[in-house]
Amino acid sequence: MDIIKSATAGTMESSDAYVEIEPGNGKNEISVESVVWMQFGEKIRTAVEEVLNELEVENAKVRVVDRGALECVIRARVETAVLRGKGEK
Amino acid sequence: MLRSLLFLPGNNPNMLINAGTLGADAVIFDLEDAVSPDEKDAARILVRNTMKYMNLEACEVIVRINSVDTSFWMEDINALLPYKPLVFLLPKTNCKDDVLKVCGYLSECEKKLEAEEGTAFVMPLIETAQGVENAFDIASCSKRIKALFLGAEDLTADLGSKRTKDGREIEYARSRLVVAARAAGVDVFDTPFTDVNDDEGILDDALLAKNLGFSGKASISPRHVSAINRVFSPSSEEIEYAYEVMMAIKEAKEQGKGAIALRGKMIDAPIVQRAEKTIAMAKALGIRGDENE
Repeated sequence: MDIIKSATAGTMESSDAYVEIEPGNGKNEISVESVVWMQFGEKIRTAVEEVLNELEVENAKVRVVDRGALECVIRARVETAVLRGKGEK
Repeated sequence: MLRSLLFLPGNNPNMLINAGTLGADAVIFDLEDAVSPDEKDAARILVRNTMKYMNLEACEVIVRINSVDTSFWMEDINALLPYKPLVFLLPKTNCKDDVLKVCGYLSECEKKLEAEEGTAFVMPLIETAQGVENAFDIASCSKRIKALFLGAEDLTADLGSKRTKDGREIEYARSRLVVAARAAGVDVFDTPFTDVNDDEGILDDALLAKNLGFSGKASISPRHVSAINRVFSPSSEEIEYAYEVMMAIKEAKEQGKGAIALRGKMIDAPIVQRAEKTIAMAKALGIRGDENE
């Protein structure tokens, strides 16, 4: 799935995550900001990578601002951002 | 057994992830009025992930999909049917054709999923004048229907009446829905009491609904859940009386008596039925076991 435009999903409210996505520079680049980065940062990054893989996204810049969201919420927000930014190959 | 049904906004993670801890017998994940049109996609995915990943065993899950006059309802069903909500709540159900349209689509989806046909259920939300007048037709048009549900906010807007705390403006609709649902052999749930800070008002409103024959009541606030559960649970006096009725019936049979009286009143079939129902509810709720049997 190609990301052809910038898109966002989620909010900055507690227990949510805000996700921005835009077309990449040849590969996926993921940045994560989180108040629990020390404990869960890598886990969040892995969850984002898994969602991108499931949706066959290979060239996107993704920024996640985590506000204490559970993994299922982060996954939902990334998926929403991808589907909002997608274009058919 | 559903006494309390708590609405939770479908795009609010903070509420959704706590669904199982709020004390309601069922939560209603709302994809309709609580979600703006440009967030329908986000809410649908968030609700799906909540149902997929969260432990929601402490309560039943109902999903309010979007109404059949929108472009969203089929996508709602596509996303959530695999996660088997207890029922789909169908807003703005005006007539049986609205229900049959959804039921037909559910059958198509069940085939695609290779699920047993007829295992997804629906609960029409009656919130228009037309819906009230068609209540029995709606309640009896499909085996998928588990209950009717009264929505008073939209209904009073449709009627052009003012929504009040004592609810006189919805007396007819409440009675009509109870009669229609019971005639069709399904449950019926009452509209939320919308003043979330009125702790006495919710008790009065829930008691009124119970006395009219409603099976349970919806809420828009976790704060109202315990009051609804209390009102729709049998009281200790009701349970005591129910056991006395069953004991009196048993003794009468042993003695070969026909008509019997208890506390100065004749015991007839409806009283026995009510006693059996009360005891069954008490057992289901774990309020009282069978120590009196």
